[in-house]
Amino acid sequence: MKHHAISVQDLNLYYGDKHALKDIKIDIEEKSVTALIGPSGCGKSTFLRTLNRMNDLISGVKISGVINVHDQNIYDNEVEVEMLRKQIGMVFQAPNPFPKSIYDNVAYGPRIHGMRNKNELDQIVEKSLRGAALWDEVKDRLKDRATGLSGGQQQRLCIARALAVEPEILLMDEPTSALDPISTAKIEELVQELKQNYTIVIVTHNMQQAARISDKTAFFLNGDLIEYNDTDTLFSNPEDQKTEDYITGRFG
Amino acid sequence: MSQSNRFKRKKTFRNTLEGMIPKILLACAFLSIITTFAIIFTLLSETVSFFQEVPFLSFITGTEWTALFSEAQQQFGILPLVAGTLLITVGAAIVAIPVGLASAIYLSEFAPERVRKVLKPVLEVLAGIPTIVYGYFAITVITPMLRFFMPELNFFNALSASIAVGIMIIPMIASLSEDAMRAVPDHIREAAYGLGSTRLEVALKIVLPAALSGVIASFVLALSRAIGETMIVTIAAGATPNLTANPTETVQTMTAFMVQAASGDISFQSIVYKSIYAVGMTLFVFTLVMNLMAQWIARRFREEY
Ligand SMILES: Nc1ncnc2c1ncn2[C@@H]1O[C@H](COP(=O)(O)OP(=O)(O)OP(=O)(O)O)[C@@H](O)[C@H]1O
Ligand SMILES: [Mg+2]
Repeated sequence: MKHHAISVQDLNLYYGDKHALKDIKIDIEEKSVTALIGPSGCGKSTFLRTLNRMNDLISGVKISGVINVHDQNIYDNEVEVEMLRKQIGMVFQAPNPFPKSIYDNVAYGPRIHGMRNKNELDQIVEKSLRGAALWDEVKDRLKDRATGLSGGQQQRLCIARALAVEPEILLMDEPTSALDPISTAKIEELVQELKQNYTIVIVTHNMQQAARISDKTAFFLNGDLIEYNDTDTLFSNPEDQKTEDYITGRFG
Repeated sequence: MSQSNRFKRKKTFRNTLEGMIPKILLACAFLSIITTFAIIFTLLSETVSFFQEVPFLSFITGTEWTALFSEAQQQFGILPLVAGTLLITVGAAIVAIPVGLASAIYLSEFAPERVRKVLKPVLEVLAGIPTIVYGYFAITVITPMLRFFMPELNFFNALSASIAVGIMIIPMIASLSEDAMRAVPDHIREAAYGLGSTRLEVALKIVLPAALSGVIASFVLALSRAIGETMIVTIAAGATPNLTANPTETVQTMTAFMVQAASGDISFQSIVYKSIYAVGMTLFVFTLVMNLMAQWIARRFREEY
Protein backbone atom coordinates (compact mmCIF):
# COMPACT_ATOMS: atom_id res chain seq x y z
CA MET A 1 0.00 0.00 0.00
CA LYS A 2 1.42 3.34 -1.08
CA HIS A 3 1.28 6.53 0.94
CA HIS A 4 -1.18 9.26 0.15
CA ALA A 5 0.57 12.27 -1.32
CA ILE A 6 -2.62 14.30 -1.40
CA SER A 7 -5.78 13.78 0.57
CA VAL A 8 -8.85 15.81 -0.34
CA GLN A 9 -11.95 16.04 1.83
CA ASP A 10 -15.28 17.81 1.31
CA LEU A 11 -13.87 20.11 -1.34
CA ASN A 12 -16.38 22.58 -2.76
CA LEU A 13 -15.59 25.34 -5.19
CA TYR A 14 -17.76 28.13 -6.53
CA TYR A 15 -17.07 30.55 -9.36
CA GLY A 16 -19.44 33.27 -8.15
CA ASP A 17 -22.73 31.35 -8.03
CA LYS A 18 -21.57 28.46 -10.15
CA HIS A 19 -20.93 25.35 -8.11
CA ALA A 20 -17.98 23.92 -10.03
CA LEU A 21 -16.73 21.23 -7.61
CA LYS A 22 -19.12 19.38 -5.34
CA ASP A 23 -18.04 17.55 -2.18
CA ILE A 24 -14.95 16.05 -3.73
CA LYS A 25 -13.24 13.37 -1.67
CA ILE A 26 -10.18 11.67 -3.09
CA ASP A 27 -6.82 10.31 -1.93
CA ILE A 28 -3.97 10.48 -4.41
CA GLU A 29 -1.14 7.99 -4.09
CA GLU A 30 2.49 8.90 -3.86
CA LYS A 31 4.78 8.20 -6.84
CA SER A 32 2.02 7.14 -9.15
CA VAL A 33 0.11 8.60 -12.06
CA THR A 34 -3.48 9.62 -11.45
CA ALA A 35 -5.56 10.53 -14.49
CA LEU A 36 -8.56 12.86 -14.35
CA ILE A 37 -11.09 12.28 -17.11
CA GLY A 38 -14.55 13.59 -17.91
CA PRO A 39 -16.41 15.68 -20.47
CA SER A 40 -15.51 19.27 -21.19
CA GLY A 41 -16.55 21.67 -18.44
CA CYS A 42 -16.90 18.99 -15.75
CA GLY A 43 -14.26 20.60 -13.53
CA LYS A 44 -11.05 18.68 -14.20
CA SER A 45 -8.90 21.77 -14.64
CA THR A 46 -10.61 23.48 -11.77
CA PHE A 47 -9.88 20.54 -9.49
CA LEU A 48 -6.28 20.29 -10.64
CA ARG A 49 -5.75 23.98 -9.97
CA THR A 50 -7.09 23.71 -6.43
CA LEU A 51 -4.17 21.40 -5.67
CA ASN A 52 -1.59 24.17 -5.94
CA ARG A 53 -3.98 27.03 -5.26
CA MET A 54 -3.77 28.48 -8.75
CA ASN A 55 -7.46 29.35 -8.40
CA ASP A 56 -6.47 31.95 -5.81
CA LEU A 57 -5.52 34.12 -8.78
CA ILE A 58 -9.08 34.22 -10.09
CA SER A 59 -11.32 36.75 -8.44
CA GLY A 60 -14.71 35.58 -7.21
CA VAL A 61 -13.66 32.02 -6.41
CA LYS A 62 -14.87 30.53 -3.12
CA ILE A 63 -13.32 27.34 -1.84
CA SER A 64 -14.16 25.23 1.20
CA GLY A 65 -12.90 21.89 2.42
CA VAL A 66 -9.55 20.40 3.23
CA ILE A 67 -6.65 19.39 1.01
CA ASN A 68 -3.90 17.73 2.98
CA VAL A 69 -0.42 17.44 1.56
CA HIS A 70 1.89 15.74 4.06
CA ASP A 71 -0.80 16.13 6.70
CA GLN A 72 -0.89 19.88 6.29
CA ASN A 73 -3.99 21.59 4.97
CA ILE A 74 -2.80 23.72 2.07
CA TYR A 75 -5.73 26.09 2.55
CA ASP A 76 -4.57 26.96 6.06
CA ASN A 77 -3.99 30.66 6.60
CA GLU A 78 -0.35 30.21 7.48
CA VAL A 79 0.53 28.41 4.25
CA GLU A 80 2.80 30.40 1.97
CA VAL A 81 1.41 29.82 -1.53
CA GLU A 82 4.77 30.46 -3.17
CA MET A 83 6.35 27.61 -1.21
CA LEU A 84 3.37 25.41 -1.92
CA ARG A 85 3.63 25.99 -5.67
CA LYS A 86 7.33 25.25 -5.51
CA GLN A 87 6.46 21.84 -4.04
CA ILE A 88 3.60 21.24 -6.44
CA GLY A 89 4.63 22.10 -9.97
CA MET A 90 2.34 22.58 -12.93
CA VAL A 91 2.43 21.99 -16.67
CA PHE A 92 -0.26 23.66 -18.72
CA GLN A 93 -2.37 22.67 -21.68
CA ALA A 94 -0.61 24.85 -24.22
CA PRO A 95 3.17 25.15 -23.95
CA ASN A 96 3.90 28.49 -22.32
CA PRO A 97 7.64 29.08 -22.24
CA PHE A 98 8.82 32.48 -21.08
CA PRO A 99 10.06 34.71 -23.89
CA LYS A 100 13.61 34.13 -22.69
CA SER A 101 16.42 31.77 -23.61
CA ILE A 102 16.11 28.03 -23.09
CA TYR A 103 18.61 28.25 -20.25
CA ASP A 104 16.84 31.16 -18.55
CA ASN A 105 13.51 29.36 -18.76
CA VAL A 106 14.81 26.42 -16.79
CA ALA A 107 16.93 28.54 -14.44
CA TYR A 108 14.08 30.94 -13.66
CA GLY A 109 12.56 28.83 -10.88
CA PRO A 110 15.80 28.04 -9.02
CA ARG A 111 16.82 31.70 -9.32
CA ILE A 112 13.67 33.13 -7.75
CA HIS A 113 14.03 30.61 -4.96
CA GLY A 114 17.45 32.00 -4.18
CA MET A 115 20.00 30.05 -6.20
CA ARG A 116 22.78 32.29 -7.46
CA ASN A 117 25.74 29.98 -7.98
CA LYS A 118 26.44 29.66 -11.70
CA ASN A 119 27.87 26.14 -11.47
CA GLU A 120 24.96 24.78 -9.52
CA LEU A 121 22.53 26.49 -11.90
CA ASP A 122 24.29 24.91 -14.88
CA GLN A 123 23.95 21.52 -13.24
CA ILE A 124 20.28 21.98 -12.42
CA VAL A 125 19.53 23.13 -15.96
CA GLU A 126 21.27 20.11 -17.44
CA LYS A 127 19.65 17.70 -15.00
CA SER A 128 16.19 19.12 -15.58
CA LEU A 129 16.53 19.11 -19.35
CA ARG A 130 17.77 15.51 -19.20
CA GLY A 131 14.85 14.69 -16.93
CA ALA A 132 12.49 16.06 -19.54
CA ALA A 133 14.28 14.17 -22.34
CA LEU A 134 15.20 17.40 -24.08
CA TRP A 135 18.89 17.79 -23.30
CA ASP A 136 20.29 16.16 -26.43
CA GLU A 137 18.13 18.30 -28.67
CA VAL A 138 19.00 21.65 -27.11
CA LYS A 139 22.38 21.28 -25.42
CA ASP A 140 24.13 23.24 -28.18
CA ARG A 141 21.69 26.12 -28.20
CA LEU A 142 20.85 26.87 -24.60
CA LYS A 143 21.14 30.59 -25.30
CA ASP A 144 18.55 30.51 -28.08
CA ARG A 145 15.03 31.75 -27.59
CA ALA A 146 12.69 29.14 -26.20
CA THR A 147 9.91 30.40 -28.42
CA GLY A 148 11.86 29.13 -31.42
CA LEU A 149 11.46 25.48 -30.36
CA SER A 150 8.80 23.19 -31.80
CA GLY A 151 5.56 22.75 -29.85
CA GLY A 152 6.59 19.37 -28.50
CA GLN A 153 10.02 20.65 -27.50
CA GLN A 154 8.41 23.67 -25.83
CA GLN A 155 6.16 21.41 -23.79
CA ARG A 156 9.12 19.30 -22.67
CA LEU A 157 10.91 22.54 -21.83
CA CYS A 158 7.94 23.50 -19.66
CA ILE A 159 8.26 20.14 -17.94
CA ALA A 160 11.99 20.72 -17.44
CA ARG A 161 11.23 24.16 -16.05
CA ALA A 162 8.81 22.62 -13.56
CA LEU A 163 11.33 19.90 -12.59
CA ALA A 164 14.04 22.47 -11.97
CA VAL A 165 12.48 23.63 -8.70
CA GLU A 166 12.42 20.00 -7.52
CA PRO A 167 8.73 19.61 -6.77
CA GLU A 168 7.28 16.48 -5.22
CA ILE A 169 4.08 16.60 -7.13
CA LEU A 170 3.55 17.45 -10.78
CA LEU A 171 0.16 18.61 -12.04
CA MET A 172 -0.37 18.35 -15.80
CA ASP A 173 -3.41 19.80 -17.52
CA GLU A 174 -3.83 18.08 -20.89
CA PRO A 175 -0.12 18.45 -21.60
CA THR A 176 -0.32 16.72 -24.98
CA SER A 177 -3.52 18.15 -26.39
CA ALA A 178 -1.64 20.66 -28.56
CA LEU A 179 0.96 18.15 -29.77
CA ASP A 180 1.49 15.75 -32.64
CA PRO A 181 1.50 11.96 -32.03
CA ILE A 182 5.29 11.65 -31.86
CA SER A 183 5.68 14.42 -29.31
CA THR A 184 2.75 12.97 -27.42
CA ALA A 185 4.42 9.56 -27.28
CA LYS A 186 7.61 11.18 -25.97
CA ILE A 187 5.76 12.93 -23.21
CA GLU A 188 3.84 9.80 -22.26
CA GLU A 189 7.11 7.91 -22.01
CA LEU A 190 8.47 10.72 -19.92
CA VAL A 191 5.54 10.56 -17.53
CA GLN A 192 6.27 6.88 -16.99
CA GLU A 193 9.84 7.70 -16.03
CA LEU A 194 8.95 10.65 -13.87
CA LYS A 195 6.58 8.67 -11.71
CA GLN A 196 9.51 6.88 -10.09
CA ASN A 197 10.33 10.13 -8.35
CA TYR A 198 7.23 12.28 -8.59
CA THR A 199 3.56 12.06 -7.86
CA ILE A 200 1.76 12.95 -11.06
CA VAL A 201 -1.81 14.09 -11.55
CA ILE A 202 -2.73 14.44 -15.20
CA VAL A 203 -5.88 15.68 -16.91
CA THR A 204 -6.59 14.10 -20.24
CA HIS A 205 -9.36 14.00 -22.79
CA ASN A 206 -7.86 10.99 -24.39
CA MET A 207 -9.05 7.79 -22.76
CA GLN A 208 -6.47 5.60 -24.44
CA GLN A 209 -3.88 7.88 -22.96
CA ALA A 210 -5.38 7.59 -19.50
CA ALA A 211 -5.45 3.83 -19.85
CA ARG A 212 -1.86 3.71 -21.13
CA ILE A 213 -0.15 5.86 -18.57
CA SER A 214 -2.11 6.05 -15.35
CA ASP A 215 -2.30 3.85 -12.30
CA LYS A 216 -5.55 5.29 -11.06
CA THR A 217 -8.28 7.18 -12.83
CA ALA A 218 -10.91 9.59 -11.55
CA PHE A 219 -14.03 10.30 -13.57
CA PHE A 220 -15.65 13.71 -13.12
CA LEU A 221 -19.07 14.83 -14.31
CA ASN A 222 -20.69 18.21 -13.72
CA GLY A 223 -18.46 18.94 -10.75
CA ASP A 224 -19.02 15.56 -9.10
CA LEU A 225 -16.40 12.89 -8.70
CA ILE A 226 -18.39 9.95 -10.02
CA GLU A 227 -15.88 7.15 -9.78
CA TYR A 228 -12.29 6.70 -8.69
CA ASN A 229 -10.50 3.41 -9.06
CA ASP A 230 -7.51 1.53 -10.40
CA THR A 231 -7.28 2.43 -14.06
CA ASP A 232 -7.60 -1.18 -15.20
CA THR A 233 -10.70 -1.74 -13.12
CA LEU A 234 -12.30 1.55 -14.07
CA PHE A 235 -11.92 0.93 -17.77
CA SER A 236 -12.69 -2.79 -17.83
CA ASN A 237 -15.30 -2.97 -15.15
CA PRO A 238 -16.78 0.41 -14.22
CA GLU A 239 -19.10 0.43 -11.22
CA ASP A 240 -21.17 3.41 -12.23
CA GLN A 241 -23.40 3.42 -15.27
CA LYS A 242 -22.36 7.03 -16.06
CA THR A 243 -18.70 6.01 -16.15
CA GLU A 244 -19.50 3.18 -18.48
CA ASP A 245 -21.49 5.48 -20.75
CA TYR A 246 -18.63 7.94 -20.88
CA ILE A 247 -15.79 5.53 -21.51
CA THR A 248 -17.74 3.68 -24.16
CA GLY A 249 -18.37 7.00 -25.87
CA ARG A 250 -22.10 7.09 -25.36
CA PHE A 251 -22.01 10.73 -24.24
CA GLY A 252 -19.64 13.55 -23.42
CA MET B 1 -28.17 39.59 -71.31
CA SER B 2 -26.05 36.80 -72.67
CA GLN B 3 -24.86 34.04 -70.38
CA SER B 4 -21.18 34.73 -71.02
CA ASN B 5 -21.46 38.26 -69.62
CA ARG B 6 -22.69 37.14 -66.27
CA PHE B 7 -19.55 38.07 -64.37
CA LYS B 8 -18.57 41.08 -66.40
CA ARG B 9 -17.73 44.11 -64.27
CA LYS B 10 -20.54 46.66 -64.48
CA LYS B 11 -20.23 50.38 -63.87
CA THR B 12 -22.19 50.50 -60.63
CA PHE B 13 -21.65 53.12 -57.95
CA ARG B 14 -20.22 50.42 -55.71
CA ASN B 15 -17.57 49.42 -58.22
CA THR B 16 -16.62 53.00 -59.05
CA LEU B 17 -16.26 53.88 -55.40
CA GLU B 18 -14.20 50.79 -54.78
CA GLY B 19 -11.89 51.79 -57.61
CA MET B 20 -11.48 55.33 -56.30
CA ILE B 21 -10.87 54.57 -52.65
CA PRO B 22 -7.21 53.47 -52.95
CA LYS B 23 -6.46 56.63 -54.92
CA ILE B 24 -8.05 58.86 -52.30
CA LEU B 25 -6.20 57.07 -49.52
CA LEU B 26 -2.95 57.36 -51.44
CA ALA B 27 -3.51 61.10 -51.85
CA CYS B 28 -4.00 61.47 -48.09
CA ALA B 29 -0.84 59.54 -47.36
CA PHE B 30 0.99 61.67 -49.88
CA LEU B 31 -0.17 64.88 -48.25
CA SER B 32 1.55 64.05 -44.98
CA ILE B 33 4.69 62.88 -46.74
CA ILE B 34 4.85 66.09 -48.77
CA THR B 35 4.32 68.19 -45.65
CA THR B 36 7.12 66.38 -43.88
CA PHE B 37 9.48 66.97 -46.78
CA ALA B 38 8.46 70.60 -47.02
CA ILE B 39 9.24 71.09 -43.33
CA ILE B 40 12.61 69.38 -43.59
CA PHE B 41 13.40 71.39 -46.73
CA THR B 42 12.64 74.76 -45.10
CA LEU B 43 14.53 73.74 -42.00
CA LEU B 44 17.54 72.73 -44.08
CA SER B 45 17.64 75.69 -46.42
CA GLU B 46 17.41 78.28 -43.63
CA THR B 47 19.95 76.32 -41.61
CA VAL B 48 22.36 76.24 -44.56
CA SER B 49 22.07 79.97 -45.07
CA PHE B 50 22.63 80.46 -41.32
CA PHE B 51 25.89 78.55 -41.55
CA GLN B 52 27.04 80.77 -44.39
CA GLU B 53 27.26 83.55 -41.84
CA VAL B 54 28.18 81.65 -38.70
CA PRO B 55 30.87 78.96 -38.82
CA PHE B 56 29.49 75.52 -37.98
CA LEU B 57 32.31 74.82 -35.55
CA SER B 58 31.75 77.94 -33.50
CA PHE B 59 28.02 77.11 -33.44
CA ILE B 60 28.45 73.65 -31.97
CA THR B 61 31.34 74.48 -29.66
CA GLY B 62 30.50 78.03 -28.65
CA THR B 63 29.72 78.62 -25.00
CA GLU B 64 27.89 81.94 -25.38
CA TRP B 65 24.45 82.37 -26.87
CA THR B 66 23.60 86.04 -27.21
CA ALA B 67 21.48 85.99 -30.34
CA LEU B 68 19.16 88.71 -29.17
CA PHE B 69 21.87 91.21 -28.30
CA SER B 70 22.87 94.03 -30.60
CA GLU B 71 24.74 92.90 -33.68
CA ALA B 72 28.17 93.78 -32.35
CA GLN B 73 27.72 91.52 -29.35
CA GLN B 74 25.93 88.64 -31.01
CA GLN B 75 27.36 85.19 -30.35
CA PHE B 76 25.88 81.93 -31.56
CA GLY B 77 27.26 79.11 -29.43
CA ILE B 78 24.53 76.48 -29.03
CA LEU B 79 25.99 74.79 -25.94
CA PRO B 80 24.13 76.89 -23.34
CA LEU B 81 20.79 76.07 -24.99
CA VAL B 82 21.74 72.40 -25.25
CA ALA B 83 22.72 72.40 -21.60
CA GLY B 84 19.40 73.99 -20.63
CA THR B 85 17.48 71.46 -22.70
CA LEU B 86 19.41 68.50 -21.31
CA LEU B 87 18.99 69.74 -17.75
CA ILE B 88 15.24 69.93 -18.18
CA THR B 89 15.00 66.60 -20.00
CA VAL B 90 17.19 64.67 -17.59
CA GLY B 91 15.34 66.18 -14.64
CA ALA B 92 12.01 65.28 -16.19
CA ALA B 93 13.23 61.73 -16.85
CA ILE B 94 14.36 61.35 -13.24
CA VAL B 95 10.91 62.40 -12.08
CA ALA B 96 8.77 60.67 -14.68
CA ILE B 97 10.40 57.32 -15.44
CA PRO B 98 10.31 55.84 -11.93
CA VAL B 99 6.88 57.21 -11.11
CA GLY B 100 5.41 56.42 -14.51
CA LEU B 101 6.83 52.92 -14.56
CA ALA B 102 5.72 52.21 -11.00
CA SER B 103 2.21 53.39 -11.87
CA ALA B 104 2.19 51.17 -14.93
CA ILE B 105 3.33 48.14 -12.93
CA TYR B 106 0.72 48.83 -10.27
CA LEU B 107 -2.08 49.27 -12.80
CA SER B 108 -1.15 46.28 -14.88
CA GLU B 109 -0.14 43.73 -12.24
CA PHE B 110 -1.47 44.75 -8.84
CA ALA B 111 -4.55 46.96 -9.15
CA PRO B 112 -7.94 45.30 -8.73
CA GLU B 113 -10.05 45.62 -11.86
CA ARG B 114 -12.31 48.24 -10.22
CA VAL B 115 -9.39 50.50 -9.35
CA ARG B 116 -7.89 50.17 -12.79
CA LYS B 117 -11.17 51.06 -14.46
CA VAL B 118 -11.14 54.38 -12.60
CA LEU B 119 -7.44 55.23 -12.68
CA LYS B 120 -6.71 54.54 -16.33
CA PRO B 121 -9.17 57.14 -17.72
CA VAL B 122 -7.99 59.64 -15.11
CA LEU B 123 -4.44 59.20 -16.42
CA GLU B 124 -5.60 59.78 -19.94
CA VAL B 125 -7.37 62.99 -18.91
CA LEU B 126 -4.21 64.17 -17.14
CA ALA B 127 -2.30 63.64 -20.36
CA GLY B 128 -4.64 66.10 -22.04
CA ILE B 129 -4.09 69.07 -19.71
CA PRO B 130 -2.67 72.03 -21.67
CA THR B 131 0.98 72.50 -20.85
CA ILE B 132 0.54 76.16 -19.97
CA VAL B 133 -1.37 74.96 -16.91
CA TYR B 134 1.68 72.97 -15.84
CA GLY B 135 3.78 76.10 -16.42
CA TYR B 136 1.73 78.16 -14.02
CA PHE B 137 1.57 75.22 -11.64
CA ALA B 138 5.37 75.28 -11.65
CA ILE B 139 5.71 78.96 -10.71
CA THR B 140 2.76 79.14 -8.31
CA VAL B 141 3.20 75.81 -6.48
CA ILE B 142 6.45 73.98 -7.24
CA THR B 143 8.84 76.95 -7.14
CA PRO B 144 7.46 78.35 -3.85
CA MET B 145 7.64 74.86 -2.32
CA LEU B 146 11.23 74.42 -3.47
CA ARG B 147 12.14 77.87 -2.14
CA PHE B 148 10.77 76.86 1.22
CA PHE B 149 13.58 74.30 1.42
CA MET B 150 16.15 76.26 -0.64
CA PRO B 151 15.65 79.95 0.14
CA GLU B 152 18.38 81.12 -2.23
CA LEU B 153 16.79 79.40 -5.24
CA ASN B 154 16.26 81.62 -8.28
CA PHE B 155 12.62 82.35 -9.00
CA PHE B 156 13.14 81.06 -12.55
CA ASN B 157 15.04 77.80 -12.33
CA ALA B 158 15.55 74.57 -14.22
CA LEU B 159 14.59 72.39 -11.26
CA SER B 160 11.04 73.60 -10.96
CA ALA B 161 10.49 73.47 -14.70
CA SER B 162 11.91 69.98 -15.02
CA ILE B 163 9.70 68.71 -12.22
CA ALA B 164 6.67 70.19 -13.96
CA VAL B 165 7.70 68.67 -17.30
CA GLY B 166 8.26 65.38 -15.51
CA ILE B 167 4.77 65.50 -14.00
CA MET B 168 3.37 66.32 -17.41
CA ILE B 169 4.85 63.21 -19.03
CA ILE B 170 4.11 60.75 -16.19
CA PRO B 171 0.65 59.88 -17.55
CA MET B 172 2.09 59.20 -20.96
CA ILE B 173 4.70 56.79 -19.61
CA ALA B 174 2.24 55.16 -17.24
CA SER B 175 -0.47 54.70 -19.80
CA LEU B 176 1.68 53.47 -22.69
CA SER B 177 3.82 51.20 -20.50
CA GLU B 178 0.69 49.77 -18.97
CA ASP B 179 -0.67 48.97 -22.42
CA ALA B 180 2.57 47.20 -23.26
CA MET B 181 2.52 45.18 -20.03
CA ARG B 182 -1.13 44.22 -20.32
CA ALA B 183 -0.43 42.91 -23.80
CA VAL B 184 1.79 40.19 -22.29
CA PRO B 185 -0.36 37.05 -22.44
CA ASP B 186 -1.73 35.66 -19.18
CA HIS B 187 -0.50 32.14 -19.81
CA ILE B 188 3.05 33.38 -19.32
CA ARG B 189 2.10 34.89 -15.96
CA GLU B 190 0.44 31.61 -14.97
CA ALA B 191 3.61 29.70 -15.73
CA ALA B 192 5.54 32.03 -13.44
CA TYR B 193 3.01 31.81 -10.62
CA GLY B 194 3.02 28.04 -11.03
CA LEU B 195 6.73 28.00 -10.23
CA GLY B 196 6.15 29.86 -6.99
CA SER B 197 6.74 33.46 -8.06
CA THR B 198 5.41 36.33 -6.02
CA ARG B 199 3.43 39.08 -7.71
CA LEU B 200 6.45 41.35 -7.68
CA GLU B 201 8.64 38.70 -9.28
CA VAL B 202 6.08 38.12 -12.00
CA ALA B 203 5.87 41.87 -12.63
CA LEU B 204 9.60 42.59 -12.65
CA LYS B 205 11.15 39.39 -13.99
CA ILE B 206 8.54 38.18 -16.44
CA VAL B 207 6.11 40.87 -17.53
CA LEU B 208 8.43 43.86 -17.61
CA PRO B 209 11.15 42.17 -19.70
CA ALA B 210 8.53 40.78 -22.06
CA ALA B 211 7.03 44.25 -22.49
CA LEU B 212 10.37 46.02 -22.62
CA SER B 213 10.25 47.26 -26.18
CA GLY B 214 6.87 48.90 -25.59
CA VAL B 215 8.03 50.33 -22.28
CA ILE B 216 11.12 51.85 -23.85
CA ALA B 217 9.03 53.24 -26.67
CA SER B 218 6.92 54.99 -24.04
CA PHE B 219 10.03 56.53 -22.47
CA VAL B 220 11.22 57.81 -25.81
CA LEU B 221 7.90 59.30 -26.78
CA ALA B 222 7.60 60.97 -23.40
CA LEU B 223 11.16 62.29 -23.41
CA SER B 224 10.80 63.55 -26.96
CA ARG B 225 7.88 65.58 -25.64
CA ALA B 226 10.06 66.77 -22.75
CA ILE B 227 12.80 67.89 -25.15
CA GLY B 228 10.30 69.70 -27.30
CA GLU B 229 8.29 71.13 -24.41
CA THR B 230 8.06 74.90 -24.73
CA MET B 231 5.39 76.45 -22.55
CA ILE B 232 6.47 75.13 -19.18
CA VAL B 233 10.11 76.02 -19.68
CA THR B 234 9.31 79.44 -21.09
CA ILE B 235 7.26 80.23 -18.01
CA ALA B 236 9.22 78.56 -15.24
CA ALA B 237 12.86 78.14 -16.28
CA GLY B 238 13.63 81.71 -17.31
CA ALA B 239 15.10 83.18 -20.48
CA THR B 240 18.82 83.31 -19.83
CA PRO B 241 20.96 80.99 -21.92
CA ASN B 242 23.28 79.49 -19.37
CA LEU B 243 25.94 76.82 -19.75
CA THR B 244 25.46 75.03 -16.46
CA ALA B 245 24.70 71.68 -14.93
CA ASN B 246 23.22 73.25 -11.83
CA PRO B 247 19.43 72.87 -11.82
CA THR B 248 18.88 75.68 -9.34
CA GLU B 249 19.97 78.26 -11.91
CA THR B 250 17.98 80.08 -14.53
CA VAL B 251 18.37 78.50 -17.98
CA GLN B 252 16.92 78.67 -21.45
CA THR B 253 16.08 75.67 -23.61
CA MET B 254 16.23 75.44 -27.38
CA THR B 255 12.47 75.67 -27.78
CA ALA B 256 12.16 78.51 -25.30
CA PHE B 257 14.71 80.49 -27.31
CA MET B 258 12.83 79.81 -30.52
CA VAL B 259 9.61 81.15 -29.04
CA GLN B 260 11.33 84.17 -27.55
CA ALA B 261 13.05 85.04 -30.82
CA ALA B 262 10.00 84.45 -32.96
CA SER B 263 7.76 86.55 -30.75
CA GLY B 264 10.27 89.42 -30.79
CA ASP B 265 10.63 92.03 -33.51
CA ILE B 266 12.98 90.49 -36.08
CA SER B 267 13.24 90.67 -39.83
CA PHE B 268 13.06 87.61 -42.09
CA GLN B 269 16.50 88.22 -43.49
CA SER B 270 18.22 88.69 -40.16
CA ILE B 271 20.65 86.23 -38.77
CA VAL B 272 18.56 85.85 -35.62
CA TYR B 273 15.69 84.65 -37.76
CA LYS B 274 17.92 82.09 -39.40
CA SER B 275 19.33 81.02 -36.06
CA ILE B 276 15.84 79.87 -35.07
CA TYR B 277 16.07 77.29 -37.82
CA ALA B 278 19.57 76.24 -36.86
CA VAL B 279 18.38 75.63 -33.32
CA GLY B 280 15.32 73.82 -34.67
CA MET B 281 17.61 71.59 -36.72
CA THR B 282 19.67 70.81 -33.63
CA LEU B 283 16.50 69.86 -31.80
CA PHE B 284 15.49 67.65 -34.70
CA VAL B 285 18.86 65.89 -34.59
CA PHE B 286 18.45 65.33 -30.86
CA THR B 287 15.06 63.67 -31.13
CA LEU B 288 16.22 61.66 -34.13
CA VAL B 289 19.23 60.31 -32.25
CA MET B 290 17.02 59.49 -29.29
CA ASN B 291 14.61 57.58 -31.47
CA LEU B 292 17.41 55.63 -33.10
CA MET B 293 18.91 54.79 -29.73
CA ALA B 294 15.55 53.62 -28.45
CA GLN B 295 15.00 51.41 -31.46
CA TRP B 296 18.39 49.87 -30.94
CA ILE B 297 17.75 49.27 -27.24
CA ALA B 298 14.33 47.84 -27.91
CA ARG B 299 15.69 45.46 -30.51
CA ARG B 300 18.60 44.46 -28.32
CA PHE B 301 16.44 43.50 -25.34
CA ARG B 302 13.28 42.39 -27.04
CA GLU B 303 11.60 39.27 -25.65
CA GLU B 304 9.02 38.13 -28.14
CA TYR B 305 6.03 36.21 -26.92
N1 LIG C 1 -12.60 31.56 -14.30
C1 LIG C 1 -13.82 31.02 -14.34
N2 LIG C 1 -14.90 31.78 -14.03
C2 LIG C 1 -16.14 31.24 -14.05
N3 LIG C 1 -16.41 29.98 -14.38
C3 LIG C 1 -15.39 29.18 -14.70
C4 LIG C 1 -14.04 29.65 -14.69
N4 LIG C 1 -13.23 28.64 -15.05
C5 LIG C 1 -14.04 27.58 -15.27
N5 LIG C 1 -15.34 27.89 -15.07
C6 LIG C 1 -16.48 26.98 -15.18
O1 LIG C 1 -16.30 25.89 -14.31
C7 LIG C 1 -16.65 24.67 -14.93
C8 LIG C 1 -15.48 23.72 -14.92
O2 LIG C 1 -14.47 24.24 -15.76
P1 LIG C 1 -13.08 23.52 -16.00
O3 LIG C 1 -12.23 24.43 -16.76
O4 LIG C 1 -12.58 23.01 -14.71
O5 LIG C 1 -13.54 22.30 -16.92
P2 LIG C 1 -12.66 21.16 -17.56
O6 LIG C 1 -13.20 19.88 -17.05
O7 LIG C 1 -11.22 21.41 -17.37
O8 LIG C 1 -13.04 21.30 -19.09
P3 LIG C 1 -12.11 21.13 -20.38
O9 LIG C 1 -12.00 19.67 -20.59
O10 LIG C 1 -12.89 21.77 -21.47
O11 LIG C 1 -10.81 21.77 -20.11
C9 LIG C 1 -17.11 25.03 -16.34
O12 LIG C 1 -18.52 25.06 -16.33
C10 LIG C 1 -16.56 26.40 -16.57
O13 LIG C 1 -17.43 27.14 -17.38
MG1 LIG D 1 -9.59 22.01 -18.65
